Amino acid sequence: MINRHPEIALPEAELRRVLSAKTRRGFLTGGLAALAAFGGYEFVTSSAKDRYVPWPQRKVLDFNAKLAHGYLSDDHLMPTFPASAIGNLKPNGAYGLDEDVSETDKNLQLDAGTGQPLPLHLSDVQALPKVEMITNFCCIEGWNNVAHWGGARFSDFTRKYFPPGRALPQYVFMSTPDEEYFVSLDMKSAMHPQTLLAYEQNGKPLLPEHGAPLRLVIPVKYGIKNIKRIGLIRYTDTKPADYWANFGYDWFAGL
Amino acid sequence: MQKLKLKHLLAIRWFHWINFPLLFVMIWSGLLIYWAYPVYTIASIPFVPQWLFTFLGVPQRLGEGMALHFFFMWFFLINGLLYVAYTLISGEWRLLVPRSFSAFRDAWDVALYDLHLKKVLPPQSKYNAAQQISYTAIIVMGAGSILTGLAIYKPAQLSWLAALFGGYATARFIHFGLTIGYLVFFVVHVGQVILAGWNNFRSMVIGYELVKEND
Repeated sequence: MINRHPEIALPEAELRRVLSAKTRRGFLTGGLAALAAFGGYEFVTSSAKDRYVPWPQRKVLDFNAKLAHGYLSDDHLMPTFPASAIGNLKPNGAYGLDEDVSETDKNLQLDAGTGQPLPLHLSDVQALPKVEMITNFCCIEGWNNVAHWGGARFSDFTRKYFPPGRALPQYVFMSTPDEEYFVSLDMKSAMHPQTLLAYEQNGKPLLPEHGAPLRLVIPVKYGIKNIKRIGLIRYTDTKPADYWANFGYDWFAGL
Repeated sequence: MQKLKLKHLLAIRWFHWINFPLLFVMIWSGLLIYWAYPVYTIASIPFVPQWLFTFLGVPQRLGEGMALHFFFMWFFLINGLLYVAYTLISGEWRLLVPRSFSAFRDAWDVALYDLHLKKVLPPQSKYNAAQQISYTAIIVMGAGSILTGLAIYKPAQLSWLAALFGGYATARFIHFGLTIGYLVFFVVHVGQVILAGWNNFRSMVIGYELVKEND
């Protein structure tokens, strides 16, 4: 058997010499490694920014998103819960909710990239098969709450209102009627069976602070992507802007 | 007469010293994330008080913390996997892993000895029973951090994993608890290293330790 822990036996003076040579070399290497580590950390945290994040981190975040996007599947579902688990979802973030709801009610626009935005009404969404879902809502801050939603699948909506015969673009952009808040999504996540255009919570029409009259509920993403009070839905092949990604948050934000 | 004995293999020294700053970057970026929802308390007193966040300059850096955490997680994971693979392949694990249940009784004796409550140490090889248990536990904890981390990172795509840990919120709690575990480990570990002295510490850098001829 190989001796993995060899010994050095030498006369006293010789041994001291070997030891101090080893010590010098060891600590010099250690010092250089520590310097390299500091340099590496500086490089990772202070390099020029690419889309609001230092580029070495951006490269890895893009890789993480690619992995997550590849693994994302219509068969991987956020767990659903019994009615007894429904919590009291805290309204968080009121960007884009300043206007009176009745004003925005008639304001849903669909832009399929044909140059002719299609004005829609809440009833057009309500005409689609209704889905009720009790799922976990995960905020990027770290809290979560089980919530009960009712609405139409975004996939059903797309099949009904996206012009037939055209290839589905890569991204979906949604914004509030005043364009103060906006999100962009990869098409695979948007078409996930649990992604709803929701108009009900706990069996009643959405409250204004929860996004009345129509909001996005997308359990495969953090809460930041679950935009309230949708005014515009745009299908596009150019990666659209995203409110929180502009502050350096993960664009994919997938769960 | 004294001689030099190779105590810590080169690869293991590198894994150890690479892990040290990585673990602290993970804890630091984790703290940037935890700030956004610092819910854990002891007897309704916040576990991490607001003044500490302010003192460390943590507030309002959630996005930055997440980017750092999901960047360095790869290095933490890869270094950990290489370490485990290396100890398995080289056979070093035989020295590191407790081999029988008597290790727990021996570890207790070691603790009493260290606290000056007992005069004799149980017989030991390179690592005493308390070390074997700690060094094995820390690897299990590392695996726990990776798995609970994945569970809260992808609770929809890996919902089975989150369920395994009792759901999203529980997985987050375990993930946090393990981090506190590392900090406790760190304090005890550094304390023991200081008590063990220079010859022992130096061996973690250069590999060799001065030992008596008949050891």
